[in-house]
Amino acid sequence: MLHPQSAVIEPPTALPSLGPIGEPRRQPRPPQPTPQHQSDHPAEIHPELAAQPAILAIDRFSLFYGRQQALYDISMSIPAGKVTALIGPSGCGKSTLLRSFNRLNDLIDHVRIEGSISLDGQPIYARHVDVIELRKRMGMVFQKSNPFPMSIFENVVYALRLAGENRRAVLMEIAERSLRGAALWDEAKDRLHSSALSLSGGQQQRLCIARAIAADPEVLLMDEPCSALDPTATAKVEELIHSLRGRYTIVVVTHNMQQAARVSEYTAFMYLGRLMEYGPTKAMFVNPRRRETEAYVTGRFG
Amino acid sequence: MFRSFHNSLTRAQSKLMFGICALFTVIILGLLGLVAGYLVSIGVGSLSWSFFTELPTGRPESPGGMRHAIEGTVILIALASFVGIPLGLLVGIYLAEYSKEWWLAGPVRFIADVLAGVPSIVVGILGYELLVVPLGRYNGWAGAMALAFIMVPIVARTTEEMLRLVPNTYREASLALGATKARTILRVVVPAATGSIVTGVMLAVARVAGETAPLLFTALGSRLLTRNPNQPFPSLTVQVFTYATGPYPEQKRLAWAGILVLISLIFVLNLAIRYMARRPGIAS
Repeated sequence: MLHPQSAVIEPPTALPSLGPIGEPRRQPRPPQPTPQHQSDHPAEIHPELAAQPAILAIDRFSLFYGRQQALYDISMSIPAGKVTALIGPSGCGKSTLLRSFNRLNDLIDHVRIEGSISLDGQPIYARHVDVIELRKRMGMVFQKSNPFPMSIFENVVYALRLAGENRRAVLMEIAERSLRGAALWDEAKDRLHSSALSLSGGQQQRLCIARAIAADPEVLLMDEPCSALDPTATAKVEELIHSLRGRYTIVVVTHNMQQAARVSEYTAFMYLGRLMEYGPTKAMFVNPRRRETEAYVTGRFG
Repeated sequence: MFRSFHNSLTRAQSKLMFGICALFTVIILGLLGLVAGYLVSIGVGSLSWSFFTELPTGRPESPGGMRHAIEGTVILIALASFVGIPLGLLVGIYLAEYSKEWWLAGPVRFIADVLAGVPSIVVGILGYELLVVPLGRYNGWAGAMALAFIMVPIVARTTEEMLRLVPNTYREASLALGATKARTILRVVVPAATGSIVTGVMLAVARVAGETAPLLFTALGSRLLTRNPNQPFPSLTVQVFTYATGPYPEQKRLAWAGILVLISLIFVLNLAIRYMARRPGIAS
């Protein structure tokens, strides 16, 4: 299945037509029913991943919005301390998968799941799991920056206040560390107590990242964190992801393949609710094993 | 040629539309100015220091002031707000944030809409039956509760609408950090909508401040200065009604002044609360 770079690639005639990309998406759109030929293939998972210690283990995970199935039998593991990108066309389920990690999909009516996801070996969908505690172990950054209507400082320490931390000195120290971590300290240090909404769009998104890392989460989930930002702000956030690499496990959903190539160490390609291929980013872009991956990363559909 | 003709036609249409809208805005503003100007021109003449400090004398030719009614109205509004605003806010929060979890929301919303449209005299009769008859006399509590009853549906529905405008990502961001739903609502959702909720609350306050009918059956009105809501209770609106429908020109003039004071009161209250509640709104 390996295509040499120079090979003439046949057009992806087998692929059904897809919706346009780049449009804002509030709810992950359930995929269309899948043609039979695709479900025959198990996901192509590169062997390099087996050597990595996993922090999140997804085992035969399926998710339904009512009768619509959004995720089909996904099995993969997210390596600890690495940046993993989820790519794929609109409606492929990558955001849904991301939101399954911190059970944010629970908020949507009529969501049903099968299979399991484990964080550090503990199943997160088990009956006794405290969702609040689970979410405290993860940070999340959203597509559109959403700083709370309070001061910059209060935004950053929100999670700490939730944990009952009210000592001024501790909060201040963590606020500084988080804002430095999010490369926002220099711009924000003189206005910590002014409204977070007075920041620019790119600054707001970095503030959201600072807020997400303040409580020192084990996993940082990013749902298209740059899609509403201009190129300069995007570059800053990407640099930031780079600098956070190693300290946090980061899972980033992106529409932008160049971005996935730039920031991630591992890339998973999803299509119509299925995991198609998953491997080291370089291999995924240079030597994709599946035809669909190749067609997508070369920009011929999606 | 046709194309440019068409363009100029659409441009003319656009200008016409603007013209019509502007015209009617000016008409409405003009009417408002007319009412306010008329009120001020007549009312100011009757305003004097004694209006605020004196009580009714009972003599038609020199009727004294309306201190009792001003104080009475302020106390009635305060009591009504104390009950009506928290209740309305809580119902609004329930409707906007919790309604998915229970079947009760539909009926509550419907009833709130119906109540918001009930003529206030009906509320007065209700207050009479529930709080005047059992207590054996007209009293201030009944008046305040009748006003609160009018406030609740207004506050509840505006609160609900304003909370629904808060983008869902705010809730998700807070929940994703491990906040409980209650905390998310109190710390993030409600503050994000504070500005517009305050507007709704002020509308409700202004609405009840001008109510007369429910007070006629409940607080009744009084010519005495009282701060005891167990007794018949004075209010500007009822006092104005009494004077304005009476035969004495001096009292009629006092009624004009009373209306002017009432409107100024609402205006000042509005500004004050807006100033206090000034907070960053939702990012656009």
